[in-house]
Amino acid sequence: MGVEAYMAVAGVLFALGIVCIISRRNILYVLMGVEMILNAANINFVAFNRYGNGGMEGRMFAIFVIILAAAEAAIALAIVLNVFHLFQSVRPSEADILRD
Amino acid sequence: MNTLTAFDYKLLLAVPLIPLCGYVIQIFFGRNLPRKGDWLLTGGMFVVMCITVYMFFSKALGHEGTLPFWNESAATEGGPVFRWLYDSSAVSSDRNLVAGILYDGLGATMLMVVGVVSFLVHLFATGYMHGDRRYHIFFANISLFTFAMLGLVLSDNILFLFVFWELMGLMSYLLIGHFSHDPTSSRIKFAAAACKKAFLTTRVGDTCLFFGMAMFYFLLPREYNELVGQGLIEGDTVLSSFRFSELWQMTGAIVEAHGGDYPAWMTVAGLFTFGGTVGKSAQFPLHIWLPDAMEGPTPVSAMIHAATMVAAGVYLLGRMFPMMSPTTLQFVMAIGGITAIFAATIGCTVNDIKGVLAYSTISQLGFMVAAIGTGGLGIVAGLFHMVTHAFFKACLFLSAGSVIHGCHHEQDMRKMGGLRKMMPITFAAMLVCTLAIAGMPLFAGYYSKDRIIASAIESVLTQWRGGNVFVMVVLPLAAMLTTFYMFRLIFMTFFGEYRGGHDDHGHGAHGHDDHAGHDAHAGHDGHGHDHDGHHGHAHTPHESPTNMAIPLIVLGLLGVFGGHMWLTGDPLSDYGTWFTKLVRWEDMYVLPDGTSLQLLKMNMLEVSEHNHHVGHIWAVGVSLTVLVLGVLAAWWMYISKRQDSEAGSGDTAALFPIPAQVTGKLGLVYEAVRDKYYIDEFVNATVIRGTMVAARVQSWIDSNIVDGLVVGTGKTARGFGFLCGWVDKHIVDGAVNWVGNTTQAFSSVVRLFQTGRIQQYISFAVGGALLVAAFHILT
Amino acid sequence: MDQLNLDSANASHVLSWLTFLPLIGMGVVMLIPKTNMRAIKIATGVFTFIPLVIATQLYFSGFDKEASGYQFVENLSWIPLGKIFYTVGVDGISMPLIWLTTILFFIAVPASETVPRLSKAYYALFLMLEVGVIGVFVALDYFLFYVYWEIMLLPMYFLIGIWGGPQREYAAIKFFLYTLAGSVLMLIAVVAMRIDTGTFSIPELVAIGKAGGFTGPALLGMKFTTWVFWFLFVAFAIKIPAFPFHTWLPDAHVQAPTPISVILAGILLKLGGYGLLRACFPVVPDAMNEFAFALGVLGVVAIVYGAYVALAQSDFKKMVAYSSVSHMGFVVLGMAALTDWGMNGAALQMFTHGISSAACFLIVGVIYDRAHHRDLNGFGGLAQPMPRYWALATIAFFASLGLPGMAGFVSEALTMVGSFQSQVGWTEEAKASGWMWGPFQWLTLIATIGIVMTAAYILWALQRVFLGTLNEKYKDYQDITGREVFSLAPLLILCVVLGVFPFLILDWMEVSVTDLMQILAFAG
Repeated sequence: MGVEAYMAVAGVLFALGIVCIISRRNILYVLMGVEMILNAANINFVAFNRYGNGGMEGRMFAIFVIILAAAEAAIALAIVLNVFHLFQSVRPSEADILRD
Repeated sequence: MNTLTAFDYKLLLAVPLIPLCGYVIQIFFGRNLPRKGDWLLTGGMFVVMCITVYMFFSKALGHEGTLPFWNESAATEGGPVFRWLYDSSAVSSDRNLVAGILYDGLGATMLMVVGVVSFLVHLFATGYMHGDRRYHIFFANISLFTFAMLGLVLSDNILFLFVFWELMGLMSYLLIGHFSHDPTSSRIKFAAAACKKAFLTTRVGDTCLFFGMAMFYFLLPREYNELVGQGLIEGDTVLSSFRFSELWQMTGAIVEAHGGDYPAWMTVAGLFTFGGTVGKSAQFPLHIWLPDAMEGPTPVSAMIHAATMVAAGVYLLGRMFPMMSPTTLQFVMAIGGITAIFAATIGCTVNDIKGVLAYSTISQLGFMVAAIGTGGLGIVAGLFHMVTHAFFKACLFLSAGSVIHGCHHEQDMRKMGGLRKMMPITFAAMLVCTLAIAGMPLFAGYYSKDRIIASAIESVLTQWRGGNVFVMVVLPLAAMLTTFYMFRLIFMTFFGEYRGGHDDHGHGAHGHDDHAGHDAHAGHDGHGHDHDGHHGHAHTPHESPTNMAIPLIVLGLLGVFGGHMWLTGDPLSDYGTWFTKLVRWEDMYVLPDGTSLQLLKMNMLEVSEHNHHVGHIWAVGVSLTVLVLGVLAAWWMYISKRQDSEAGSGDTAALFPIPAQVTGKLGLVYEAVRDKYYIDEFVNATVIRGTMVAARVQSWIDSNIVDGLVVGTGKTARGFGFLCGWVDKHIVDGAVNWVGNTTQAFSSVVRLFQTGRIQQYISFAVGGALLVAAFHILT
Repeated sequence: MDQLNLDSANASHVLSWLTFLPLIGMGVVMLIPKTNMRAIKIATGVFTFIPLVIATQLYFSGFDKEASGYQFVENLSWIPLGKIFYTVGVDGISMPLIWLTTILFFIAVPASETVPRLSKAYYALFLMLEVGVIGVFVALDYFLFYVYWEIMLLPMYFLIGIWGGPQREYAAIKFFLYTLAGSVLMLIAVVAMRIDTGTFSIPELVAIGKAGGFTGPALLGMKFTTWVFWFLFVAFAIKIPAFPFHTWLPDAHVQAPTPISVILAGILLKLGGYGLLRACFPVVPDAMNEFAFALGVLGVVAIVYGAYVALAQSDFKKMVAYSSVSHMGFVVLGMAALTDWGMNGAALQMFTHGISSAACFLIVGVIYDRAHHRDLNGFGGLAQPMPRYWALATIAFFASLGLPGMAGFVSEALTMVGSFQSQVGWTEEAKASGWMWGPFQWLTLIATIGIVMTAAYILWALQRVFLGTLNEKYKDYQDITGREVFSLAPLLILCVVLGVFPFLILDWMEVSVTDLMQILAFAG
């Protein structure tokens, strides 16, 4: 079993993340979608590291991304809280004042 | 030659200064002084009279020797001079004006006349003007009037003469307009118009005089210096001057250098100068102000007509005589002759007692001017007549004033009559002076008038010219008319029955006589009605009080003795009257170097002894003839056929049937004369209307063309500004806006994609990425 | 007069004090609260009175009338880069006019009492105007002259435009634009001369002009000096105002409040004549000689035409305004004649007209304050309720008419005789022939018509306003008040005193005018 299988799983996960972001009506699911895309990227990092030239860079990137995702989730949740406070809603279609 | 001491000059200086100080005090404090200050000014004038009379008798008449009586303060060591324009002596005399006193025979005589007559008029006015609401102002003004005349007489240069001359114009304006302030006067509007007319008419003449003066001032020394340069005049060049003696000297030298001829410009300058006389001395055609000037109070009329204003014009001719070329003199003579006869004819038709005297004055002034114009000995005769006329005309006016006062401000002679018994002093004074003006031998007027007619005859004998003949014919005629209208005045006023007190119902009856001219209307009643208790007998004329009678008596005496002290000499001879002794034509004009001007080499006709004699004899005959004819005509018309039974009816035609018949026969001629030859109407229609049209036309030009150009420039500029604004707004700014608008339109399409929904954005991003991927894959 | 005597320069700063005291006054007035009008008026009175005292002292004792050249000179570098100096000084021509300025400004303060909508700004601008006017009279540097000239314009615009009559905006704008147009011409001429000679100093320019030192190029067939002359002449002629540049004057006068009319007629018009004498004729004497006849014609047209137009007016103030046009024509005529008496007469006429026309405007103001109209035909018989007013009006108007014994006569007589003596434009034949008659003799003859017409319109106006039957409306009018007499009396006294003793002005002018004549005669 080669790198293609990993990439297929990552591709499915990425597609699920995108669909989740675009289609869900709750901003929390959108955040989950974002996490799924990040994890899709992580799988690719780790897979390419496993079948690559033997360096440790891929794994290091994966760990960075996990930490970053955690931080991002914290910030994103704070934003969500503020958005809810402002719009009394967590639906991303309601928060469209950036249009103006 | 100089017989005046420093003290005498001080006295002479005091003469004009006393009335001036009086004026200043009176104008500020007169209202609060007791009797409103009339005693102050009258007293001042009494002092002036004493000084002038003293100076006249002790210095001028008492002057002994063969030298002329002549004093010029500028030529005298320590004589008073006034540096007018510049006070520093560094400025040369042609740029400065140094005024001084000229006191010669003519000046001394005139000063005395003005002093005496003015004092008497002041005295008379204390009675006549009593109760006037502007009594103190009246006295102030008449005092300043006197000051102006005294100053004029004493001036040694023509510019100062002009200064006082114009000042007199102002005072005549204020005095003639005296009643124009008085709401109780019925003549208030006429007085307002008359004073303006007097000033303006004389101003026309004054301006001519000023121009003539400027001509002499500039051109005389220029011509003189040029002749010096050509060697035709010996001596040094001269500077410009206004001083009479220097003007005479230059003229004499120039005329001599030209061989007795006057340069052409001197004729022009002389005519301009004469224009001043025409205005001030009421010569045709500028005489129109004088009859209207009767709107002033009677003492003012006496002042203006006798001693001051009108005499100034003749006095000017006396001073400027050497500068008058023979051509100018011909013109002067013609104007004088015309004035004499035409005013005399009008005088015969006037019914207003002051109006008769007004036209009489114009006529007598014509005599004087014509006499001076004859160019012979008439210069002395004309000036002499000015002096005697001052006495008897002042007396006549004051008597008329007395009559008017006595008749409660009635001036129409048709409403008088029979005053002989009621006003004996007035009657006597008036009769004496009427005889004097008529030229009755032994009376003052005889000596001067006789000499005027004689000089007219002499001039014809010496030089047969149209103008001379005209004057020779016209003057005796005018003299006859003078006699006629003066006796008409006497007969209508003092003889017969008193016809006053009917004016309420009698006014309409003689409507045909009551022409538009205002002098036939009832007199102004400017005095209020409060003068000392005359109310009780308001309908009976009464003799005037003492302070009015004294001037009449004194002037009446002067009317007899003013020409010749005949008690002390040959009464019938006109040679050797005091005036001809004092003012000798041979040395009337003394030059700065002390010699006399040789008039015979200049503009004066040389009259031979024979012609002089013949002229004199003829003149006596002619004067006596016209005197008798005039008196007889007046007697025939107004005494012999008078219907006394009609006295109460107020119908003048029935009362005096002969004049009515005569005027009826004369028809249009009479009407023309009665309406003053329509000169006023003519002047109104041409000069005044023309001026007003010119003024309106120029005003129209000013507001429409001159200002129109300015406003037009402004409007053009504003229009251009609007154009620029339009271009700016629609083209320059339009381009900028177009860019903006286009961008906005484009962006409004683009902004449709911007929904603000994150999920859409991501969809777009993903869609875009898929498209790109598809593109890559497919190619 | 050619060169400044700089040795004694800056000895005292009296002229600067004189100029800037009203400016200090302006500052003081600004500091007073606007509700305290009484204090504002007193401050204005004080700060116009001090210059009057200084000027009177200078006139009668400080000024050396025998000396030639400028006195009380101050010379400081102002803008070194442009070689612009703060140079001030006075001579016999400007000294009497400065005195007149301080007199008129002082008497205009009490006359301002009846100005409608009176406020603090009025007095501040009023004082600022005085700074500008005195500044023009003392400035000897052309740049400084121009600056003061413009300073004067601004307050005048507001004084007419805010405190004037119903059409004040129109009048103010007309006045402002007209004068500004003239200023622009002056600026062009000044700059051209600066480029040509490298100096702004008027005495230096005079010296250069006298030596024929202008080297500027001819343009459109006219010499450089000709251009300079006409530019400067038009600039000053607008201010005089000479025909045909006079039409701003009647509008400005009619709309301006009484004290501003007094200042306008009394001083501002004189600035034009003064400018000609100080900064135009001596700078370009050759052009002046060349065009003297043209100037004479303009002067005579103004005299006669102004008088006729005045005769046709029914507005009292407009009539007086046109009489100013007529009288200022004498100034132009006298200068153009290039004779000693003509020049003295013109310089004196500026002073005498300053007092007599100011008095006339005050007289008109008195009746306007009572009747609130100025229609000559609407009055009548006012001498009855107001005898003292009539007496003062008679003096003022007869002084304006040029009656001997009053100031106006002296200057008019000098001008007329001087212009008659003029030999400008005489042909050789005329000089050789005995007739001795040339263009100016004709001009003088025509000008006499103006004298008669002057009498006509003044007497007619006096008759319509004061004499005759009293209009019942006016029978309760109060006679002239003490405040009004206070304003009028100094002017009327001067009218009479100067008429009797004209040497009180002429002696001061004599040396300077003689110097000026020498400069002008060089090219003749």
